[in-house]
Amino acid sequence: MSRPILIAVLAAPLLAFAAHAFAEEKPVDPYTVSNANAGATPLTETQTFAAFHGKPGLQRIVIDLVQHSVDDPRTRDIFREIDRERLERTLVEQLCYVLNGGCDYTGRDMAAAHKDMGLTTADMGALVENLQRAMDKEGVPFAAQNRLLAKLAPMKRTVVER
Amino acid sequence: MNHCLSRGFVLLVSLALSAAIAAPAAAQIPGVPLEMVNGGKLLLTGGVSNIEGGGGGGLASWATITGYETPEGIGGNVHLTGVKTDDYELRSAGAAVGLFDRLELSFARQDFDTGATGGKLGLGNGFTFRQDVWGAKLKLIGDAVYDQDRLLPQIAIGVQHKSNDQGAIIRAVGGKDDEGTDYYLAATKVLLDKSLVLNGTLRATKANQTGLLGFGGDRNDDYSAQFEGSAGWLVSKRLLIGAEYRSKPNNLGFAKEDDWADLFAAYAVSKRLSITAAYVALGDIATFEKQRGFYLSLQAGF
Repeated sequence: MSRPILIAVLAAPLLAFAAHAFAEEKPVDPYTVSNANAGATPLTETQTFAAFHGKPGLQRIVIDLVQHSVDDPRTRDIFREIDRERLERTLVEQLCYVLNGGCDYTGRDMAAAHKDMGLTTADMGALVENLQRAMDKEGVPFAAQNRLLAKLAPMKRTVVER
Repeated sequence: MNHCLSRGFVLLVSLALSAAIAAPAAAQIPGVPLEMVNGGKLLLTGGVSNIEGGGGGGLASWATITGYETPEGIGGNVHLTGVKTDDYELRSAGAAVGLFDRLELSFARQDFDTGATGGKLGLGNGFTFRQDVWGAKLKLIGDAVYDQDRLLPQIAIGVQHKSNDQGAIIRAVGGKDDEGTDYYLAATKVLLDKSLVLNGTLRATKANQTGLLGFGGDRNDDYSAQFEGSAGWLVSKRLLIGAEYRSKPNNLGFAKEDDWADLFAAYAVSKRLSITAAYVALGDIATFEKQRGFYLSLQAGF
């Protein structure tokens, strides 16, 4: 193997790693930042947030959910063009806010965030299943999972467009 | 299951399948691929196949549309159910299709086998009442699963036309008709934050023992309003346990009729297969008292 190729082979993973570590979110059109954008009122207790293992637990769940949804043939196309960095950050914020974990949600509202994505009820169902899978992996008890799903379920009316 | 029932069952399954294949053309939304199986509903929140063929609990009819389809798809299932009490046996086989999570069409063939009790009743050992139940259910408003920020349940209206093949015996014991039609209004709500599934149904009916002993009687031949209630707790994604109650009229003079109750566990092996087991208390049936026993149902969906 010639030296330049060897360097390239060695450098590629490093570069990929660096690109990932320093990836920046793509810019979005300006919007008013508000917790109301989260689309649900927070829980009033804190046991559920604890059952999710706090913010680190939510981060693991969101990373698994997004990775699985990128790989899942049912949802792959939806996630193809998505700004993954931003999605993961805002999703953790949203779930943390809704679970009364003391976070602020800085993302767009549900209508703006899902506009023109053409989401169907089946897409929503697939995402819920992927979320359930990620929560199972994190070891979140079923009853606590349902307390979160109860908060997210009504968003279907906003995000499903057809 | 006897030969004739098997044949009827196969016919039904083919009918259901052809309906499922033929129907989409008319209602398909342009640009949206129609899916036979998809994930629009959470496991078990749509109920299982009830004894009368439609979506519900074991004994009660719910407002949910059978199958796991979404507004863009078709779902459906076939079921086989057996109930064995101290003195009787009831077998039911049927099929149901859910169209676009809006309309449900169902059929069940029930064989009410009196076994040795038939001999004691003077009907002959193994005397069997056969009843066909044709059902249609239309979802009117609400979404049992997704409307978690509203109290409004999912509400549906339904009709069940029932036809019993033992008209002569029915009339001999004071029944007025071997055919009848039930009308019902059902409300189902999933309280996801509490992992509960609740249902209440009002039914206008003349049926004796849900029609297994005909319709109307010497004591009363008018429609009466009856109630069906179910409450279930989602223990896990796959397991729903709960109880049901179904009130019934008391139209026949020769034998008292009681309300029905059960304790059930429904387990979803997958979206395609679920098993329901129940302990049932069916009260007095045709002079034989306190009928209790077990209910087992297999449901395969597509």
